[in-house]
Amino acid sequence: MMPDLGKYAFAVLASYGLSIALIAGLLALSFWQRLRVKRALDEVEARTGRGTGDG
Amino acid sequence: MSIWEYANPKKFMQTSAWALPWVLGATVLCLGVGLVWGFFFTPDDYKQGSTVKIIYIHVPAAMMAINAWVMMLAASLIWIVRRHHVSALAAKAAAPVGLTFTLIALVTGAFWGQPMWGTWWAWDPRLTSFLILGLFYLGYIALWSAVDNPDTAADLTGVLCIVGSVFAVLSRYAVNFWSQGLHQGASLSLDKKENVSDVFWLPLVICIAGFVLLFLTLVLMRTRTEIRARRLAALLARERLA
Repeated sequence: MMPDLGKYAFAVLASYGLSIALIAGLLALSFWQRLRVKRALDEVEARTGRGTGDG
Repeated sequence: MSIWEYANPKKFMQTSAWALPWVLGATVLCLGVGLVWGFFFTPDDYKQGSTVKIIYIHVPAAMMAINAWVMMLAASLIWIVRRHHVSALAAKAAAPVGLTFTLIALVTGAFWGQPMWGTWWAWDPRLTSFLILGLFYLGYIALWSAVDNPDTAADLTGVLCIVGSVFAVLSRYAVNFWSQGLHQGASLSLDKKENVSDVFWLPLVICIAGFVLLFLTLVLMRTRTEIRARRLAALLARERLA
């Protein structure tokens, strides 16, 4: 299944590996920030009785 | 219905909540199909061997690194002219995504350049303008973090975005302006002679669509977070005053 990358295997695999790692890192960071901010906002809205109704 | 309705944070949150799962699904589909097709089911190039497979990441990432800055420029101009907060927050949300694409383009370019050109890096017009674009992304993100007042930060970063646009344009057209560099011209062109071979073309176009959708997914998600963070800060400030 794995294609024969020959003498360029390192260049190709490193390119894919690093790119996927960078994108996965950005996605993880974005999800984590979303979770953290949403949780904090829900807490404050519950405390103050102000809801957004923003879905 | 006017596009300016989406400048209302509530309307933006409602619409983006509906759109986000669809855009995310389309992103996974396009990137999955494009990358698997490109990596596993396309032949080696007769000159470049298997390094041609890097094209499916390098070209879409480079295109989106430039286009992300163009999107930030449009959003910044909307902020400067019409003072819509959502557009300023969308520009802020897009910057880390653009920076990531710039890093991917630079790193994959180095991995591709080493076996093909015999060097990881050259002070070639396109490479150099791309590096400067990356530094502008860093400066833009740093400026947002450095200024406490969000409206002032949006104003200053808007100006920085306009200045940095010179390098976004240079990154795109440097190869056409100066012909002495190592980097070749556009991989995709309406001119059949300049275009990549047909066998690489379709998976490449699918990958580009995947990167566009990935950008959209991340910007929508991050803009929603920025809007929530802005509301959180406002509520906390109101609570402190009460």
